[in-house]
Amino acid sequence: MSYMLKGTAACPGCPIPKEIEMILEITGKNSVLVVPASCSTIVMGDDTNGQPATVPVVHTAFAASASVASGIEEALEAQGKNANVIVWAGDGSTSDIGFSAVSGAAERNENIMYVCYDNEAYMNTGIQRSSLTPRGAWSTTTPEGKKEAKKLLPFMLMDHKVPYVATLSIAYAFDFQAKIKKAASIKGFRYLHLLSPCPPGWKFDPSLTISIAKLAVDTGIWPLMEYEQGKLRLTGPSNLYANKAKRKPIDEYLKIQGRFKEISPDEKAELEQDVDSLWQEIQERIAGKF
Amino acid sequence: MPGEEEKQMQNRRQIGAMVGNHAVAYAVKQAKPTVLSVYPITPQTTMLEKLADYVSTGELNARLIKVESEHSVLATIYGASLAGARVFTATASQGLLYMAEMVYWAGGARVPIVGAIATRAIGPPWSIWTDNQDIMAMRDTAWLQAMAENVQEAYDLTLLAFRISEDKRVLMPMMLGFDGFVLTHTMERLETLDDATVDAFLPKRDYALIDFEDPKGIGAVAGPKTYMDYKYKAKQAMDSAKLSIKEIMAEYNEIAGTNYNTTECYKCEDAEYLLVAMGAWSGDAKAAVDELRQQGKKAGLLKITVFRPFPNEDVLKQAKGKEVIVLDRAYSYGSSGVLALEVKSALYGTQTKVHSVIAGLGGRDVTPQQIEKLVEDCASGTLEDERWLL
Repeated sequence: MSYMLKGTAACPGCPIPKEIEMILEITGKNSVLVVPASCSTIVMGDDTNGQPATVPVVHTAFAASASVASGIEEALEAQGKNANVIVWAGDGSTSDIGFSAVSGAAERNENIMYVCYDNEAYMNTGIQRSSLTPRGAWSTTTPEGKKEAKKLLPFMLMDHKVPYVATLSIAYAFDFQAKIKKAASIKGFRYLHLLSPCPPGWKFDPSLTISIAKLAVDTGIWPLMEYEQGKLRLTGPSNLYANKAKRKPIDEYLKIQGRFKEISPDEKAELEQDVDSLWQEIQERIAGKF
Repeated sequence: MPGEEEKQMQNRRQIGAMVGNHAVAYAVKQAKPTVLSVYPITPQTTMLEKLADYVSTGELNARLIKVESEHSVLATIYGASLAGARVFTATASQGLLYMAEMVYWAGGARVPIVGAIATRAIGPPWSIWTDNQDIMAMRDTAWLQAMAENVQEAYDLTLLAFRISEDKRVLMPMMLGFDGFVLTHTMERLETLDDATVDAFLPKRDYALIDFEDPKGIGAVAGPKTYMDYKYKAKQAMDSAKLSIKEIMAEYNEIAGTNYNTTECYKCEDAEYLLVAMGAWSGDAKAAVDELRQQGKKAGLLKITVFRPFPNEDVLKQAKGKEVIVLDRAYSYGSSGVLALEVKSALYGTQTKVHSVIAGLGGRDVTPQQIEKLVEDCASGTLEDERWLL
């Protein structure tokens, strides 16, 4: 059965409806989605009564979703009802305006599944940079390219010592759904960070969404990993990419996206350095250095 | 000898003494909410400590979510209320402003929530003392609002707020204001109801918006063709809540032997000079009225208990044609005292003279003598349209 109604207000090539469906396929009917202001607010629209089709959806203010979800979960649990309370929030909401609420819910170890669908900028308001926009990327507020590195949010959530953190890609659907399945089986705060390519925001052809998501993983820019019971491990194809020689050059990822069109050789080198230090930190965390 | 009915009433009301914060906490315990969320702010903190004690000892079987900000306080209980829980929180001042976005959100979604506001001034300069600027700043949020005069009212209005907010004819969040320190930290005589009586007055909440068998989208986008219809429905709900509040108060009065209404008329029917006030200093205004009456001056007080929906009809009935002096602990800069604006609006077209007096901001003391002086100046024609008691 399909969990989403046919037809959404998503842009051509936008992975959001499919990503939500892939989650609900695993979590089932007793799920409630909590959605802050984001592209998904529009994607779900008013013609569909604001919902995918088969589960309740609670739309919330921008900074409120982790807390609204906490309240829903506590109330359902108090009534002895079992449900998957799932936050579906963008990168701006998660890493910027709502971060204090995310950190609070993680610290309290609320029994919620928090999914950050990261399209690396405030796309709904017209492509403004967020703290998850990568270095060198154009946006309407970084016309010369972003000067700062992407915030390493999955690590920050691991440092809250929550029971489960994972990174996801729509290009690796089995890995994606295996992680949702595992997350659904764990009690407590679960953080899932999904890189979600955006054709108009990243400036690529809508037919390339999956290819770009795949390149992000295969160039090592988006490592797939899983943190469980205090232990970090790489998953799926990313097991190979600990070895830099196995990765594709980051240029293959950058050159097909208009947002990196103006990136200078120096910035490209810095971005590559960001990727190297990300992998360095992954190795150190796997070795238990944090 | 007391009659049988009076005896029963006496049994229901136990006499003791409590500070305002504990009286509200006690009413909350009796109301049996299942989800609470709190963040500390002076002068609300001793209430939150009491609630934490009740939860910790099991006297109150509820989940107390200790969040990281006031914004999250209201966000959590908003979610919990959607999921069917009876919910409560308390805050004040900066905390109320910090949650303002969610105050509108909860009002717009019309979910039952009870919030106690230990009213306090807003900085800068920093002040922890009482005035009403915080609660008045929330007057357009589609929340019901009431103000308590004393600890007894803070207790009774808390119980009433749960019942009113959850009533299916109303379905709106309600905030109860009670003056910081003046009521939150002052011990007064308090009559409480027994638990069984409260249980009968406040049956368990039995509805939820989140329903897996009948899934709905809540708070979704509304375009220009539909948005305004939601707002009109909220307006209608607020208007019709007036009658429901009166009915529920009447029911409570039967049970508790109290005499609540949306306003209280204190020697106001035959008054020539009518004070209008809300909150703790209504007590001082009553003392001033008594003294003035002793001197043969026909003074009275109209106390506003329910501020939203505003009791226009009561104000019109009681104030029309009198010399009206409105005492305000909140100011709309560039305009007037906030309560004075409401009173003037209710009296529009009646040629009634309304003086706006601003006093007691940031906890500045106001004595009954100062209030008497206002009436005397009014009588001698020297009270300005607007006066600040500096």
